[in-house]
Amino acid sequence: MLAQNIIFGLLAVAMALSAVKLVTTKNVVHAALYLVVVLAGMAAQYILLAAEFVAVTQVLVYIGAIMVLVLFGIMLTRAPIGVTPELDNNSRIPSAIVALFLFGSLGAMLLDAFGDERFDLNNGVATGASGGNMVRTADSIFSQYLVPFEVVSILLLAALVGAIVIARRD
Amino acid sequence: MLLNQFLILAAFLFCVGAYGVLVRKHAVLVLMSIELMINSVNMNLIAFSLRNDNVIGHVFALFVIAVAAAEVGVGLAIVLLIYRNRRSVDPGEVSEMKG
Repeated sequence: MLAQNIIFGLLAVAMALSAVKLVTTKNVVHAALYLVVVLAGMAAQYILLAAEFVAVTQVLVYIGAIMVLVLFGIMLTRAPIGVTPELDNNSRIPSAIVALFLFGSLGAMLLDAFGDERFDLNNGVATGASGGNMVRTADSIFSQYLVPFEVVSILLLAALVGAIVIARRD
Repeated sequence: MLLNQFLILAAFLFCVGAYGVLVRKHAVLVLMSIELMINSVNMNLIAFSLRNDNVIGHVFALFVIAVAAAEVGVGLAIVLLIYRNRRSVDPGEVSEMKG
């Protein structure tokens, strides 16, 4: 119980600091690397929440594939590698007010709704009952959510073809 | 573990991502901030999955990851096209459709 809270705290601090650096740093490549820290921390939090398959997928898809795409995007748009002073537009203070207001209202709502509700660490998901969460997730995808799963595969195919059509020179 | 510690961390990351979307001038950085927001929503799904004792949240998170991958592919293609036509990736400068 205590160890989980300590790990959560360390990860949360690292993720929060990296997220803030991600939106304030003046270097585009550093921003991508801070995003890697946040995504890896997120995968660790998923393991803490007993979602091991989603954590592995997060590492594979986000850190493996999407970050490579983003770095390619940085490279192909010839973004300045190194410190660039002009990465923010001139609406920093209104944006900060919007974000703080959003966080305040979301936080107040969450505290009001869930207070100090604790996870039941003896339930089926937490203990990995009936073969573990990976087995249950697979059962769920390939029975109850089979049609959405197929729709997602069509969506990925369409997005891939669309990306090629949009980006190629002709 | 409290349920709220995960939900409030996710809310914080979401708001930081929203700030990044509003304030950044480089379209790739805007896409990265959107990824941050999508991830914080995923964390909510996983946390509620553990709370409600079913794995439907895990399934939903996997779908969200797939859709986010599609979104980033198409988004970067659009950014490349805009860069090729205008030599600039500032989302604030793309204003032809402004009324």
